[in-house]
Amino acid sequence: MSGLQLPQDKLIEVYRNMRMIRRFEERVMDEMATGDIPGNTHLYAGEEASAVGVCLHLDEGDYISSTHRGHGHSIAKGVDIDSMMAELFGKASGTCGGKGGSQHIADLRKGMLGANGIVAAGAPITCGAALSAKLLGTRHVAVAFAGDGAMNEGVMSESFNLAKIWMLPIVFVIEDNGFGEATANEHVSAGSFTRRAESFDIPAIEVDGTDVFSVYEAAGQAVARARNGGGPTMLHVHVPRYYGHYSGDPDNYRTPEEKAAMRRERDCLINFRKRVAEVSLLEAAELDAVDRAVDAEIDRAVAAARAAPFPPLSALTTDVYVKYL
Amino acid sequence: MPKKSFRQALNEALHSEMARDPRVIMMGEDLTGGAGANGVKDAWGGPFGVTRGLLDAFGPERIRDTPISEAAFIGAAAGAALTGLRPIAEIMFVDFAGVCLDQIMNQAAKFRYMFGGRAKTPLVIRATYGAGSRSGSQHTQALYPIFTHIPGLKVVIPSNPYDAKGLLLQAIRDDDPVIFLEHKMLYDTVGEVPDASYTIPFGEARVVRDGKDVLIVAIGRMVGVAEEAARQLAADGISACVVDPRTTSPLDEETLLDVAEGIGRIIIVDEANPRCSVATDISALFADKCFDALKAPIKLVTAPHTPVPYAPNLEDVYVPTPDAVAKAARSIVKR
Ligand SMILES: Cc1ncc(C[n+]2csc(CCOP(=O)(O)OP(=O)(O)O)c2C)c(N)n1
Repeated sequence: MSGLQLPQDKLIEVYRNMRMIRRFEERVMDEMATGDIPGNTHLYAGEEASAVGVCLHLDEGDYISSTHRGHGHSIAKGVDIDSMMAELFGKASGTCGGKGGSQHIADLRKGMLGANGIVAAGAPITCGAALSAKLLGTRHVAVAFAGDGAMNEGVMSESFNLAKIWMLPIVFVIEDNGFGEATANEHVSAGSFTRRAESFDIPAIEVDGTDVFSVYEAAGQAVARARNGGGPTMLHVHVPRYYGHYSGDPDNYRTPEEKAAMRRERDCLINFRKRVAEVSLLEAAELDAVDRAVDAEIDRAVAAARAAPFPPLSALTTDVYVKYL
Repeated sequence: MPKKSFRQALNEALHSEMARDPRVIMMGEDLTGGAGANGVKDAWGGPFGVTRGLLDAFGPERIRDTPISEAAFIGAAAGAALTGLRPIAEIMFVDFAGVCLDQIMNQAAKFRYMFGGRAKTPLVIRATYGAGSRSGSQHTQALYPIFTHIPGLKVVIPSNPYDAKGLLLQAIRDDDPVIFLEHKMLYDTVGEVPDASYTIPFGEARVVRDGKDVLIVAIGRMVGVAEEAARQLAADGISACVVDPRTTSPLDEETLLDVAEGIGRIIIVDEANPRCSVATDISALFADKCFDALKAPIKLVTAPHTPVPYAPNLEDVYVPTPDAVAKAARSIVKR
């Protein structure tokens, strides 16, 4: 099942989603600079192929959980960018009514169980979603995204174990961008991630996360295994992180040369264009048209988010319980 | 006296105490912020710049960058404290204590009691807390009531740079586990801080401002809010006394009761959620020990019983404001 054999419309969808994530992130960075997006955001730019390659195998009833770096996963899972942008601006029309912000974007209607402010916390929650799917007999699968830093939290290993003994329909996608905040993975992680998973008898695959077709292929095996009752799989996906850890990060622990090289050599969008051009599957003009359409959509989302009202003050005390008394 | 920021005051305390006592070590995520690839060191100086320069001065054996694994490294810090070191461990945001609460609550806090008094645990856990930075529900909590509730822990919440330095030095020299909470929005506040080392004992409240009509008790960032309210009240001819307990465990009951008895009207300002909180605890103290001196009901000005919201307009009304404190004061002074 080579990804390049995807039908034309799927290929366009892959490109469109990656492009949408990239432009969303670039635009968020610009809007942060205006001061109108409150707080901080953690940008996913550079890692698009991972979310998109995995989520292409999922339908709306399947589940994903995300990390603090949640915009890309949300977009890949089909969460509406208008409400995401509104959420970032803290507006009532946001995915969470303005109460969550960047780190808590969630949309249960799309099977998106939430970005998360607590590193690794999504893994056990996703085991729970997989358990629901299994016990309710829906044949849905669940995907837990996590970073390399998250791998060192105990709850990751606990989740691997649970997923295996319960044979849950789950895929753990470890997005390894080499850093947890400003600390390099090489300083804080012992051994190998795939071997960690394998020690639980969970099959593990190492993937180049700058090539959406490699991700698509590996994820295809993993998702099929989960859907067919074969239990958990782990994907160790190597990705670049284009921006600093968060929007206020001076990113002074990487050299400008290093960052420039990363953008030159490890760009999933450029890679995609090269690959499809080689086998003349798509015209560059078609992809340029996608770029323009994406830009227009993002312009609209930002304009709408800016114009939208903040939540009413009465919203402060609602939603704490379904019913208190 | 030289002026320094809250951040600098803490950094000075860490430097001087590590120089004085070789058993003091530090650990935490991105502490040197971080150990980057290609030999980069101390790029951030800690997530909030508080630990800058320590790596250079004391080396990687004593300043340890940890993996993201709070349960493991807080537990390791507790174990090291039990066996001869004096660790200062950092939880980047106090919210993440959720990951390692067992090590704090069931382990470190109880060693001494469970082991029949034969153990000491000179552990300091530094963590940031508090709303105001638009960071959403999982990065903004004021969790000191949880720690205050647990016997065996001491809980320190400085409100200004001078206290931050003196209390941190005291915390490091203390032989019990101390939770030391730093409000993120206070790091840049500036005040007079001596260059020399000095300690501030635990369980000694500070009378921030004298007054006779109403007593405002406030901790951490809320001390500044109380002071601002007191200025507003002064313009109305109401004289407010502001007292900062500085530590919620131990709590300086004596000073609080002394001042309360002389004034008889009390406001307690607390950024934490209001149920089973420090505000309710202090209020119970007054109701229990000086009821007869009260001239009006005790008023609490707190956050609502909700998580901290992200939207700026909601977060602004979540945190107690000087206006709300002044209004509460007027409502009981007029009676
Ligand atoms: C339990 C917990 N500890 C620490 C943090 C602070 N923190 C947020 S993101 C992050 C780094 C996560 O690294 P990684 O899992 O590799 O994800 P990446 O940022 O690289 O996508 C840290 C330490 C947190 N949010 N939660």
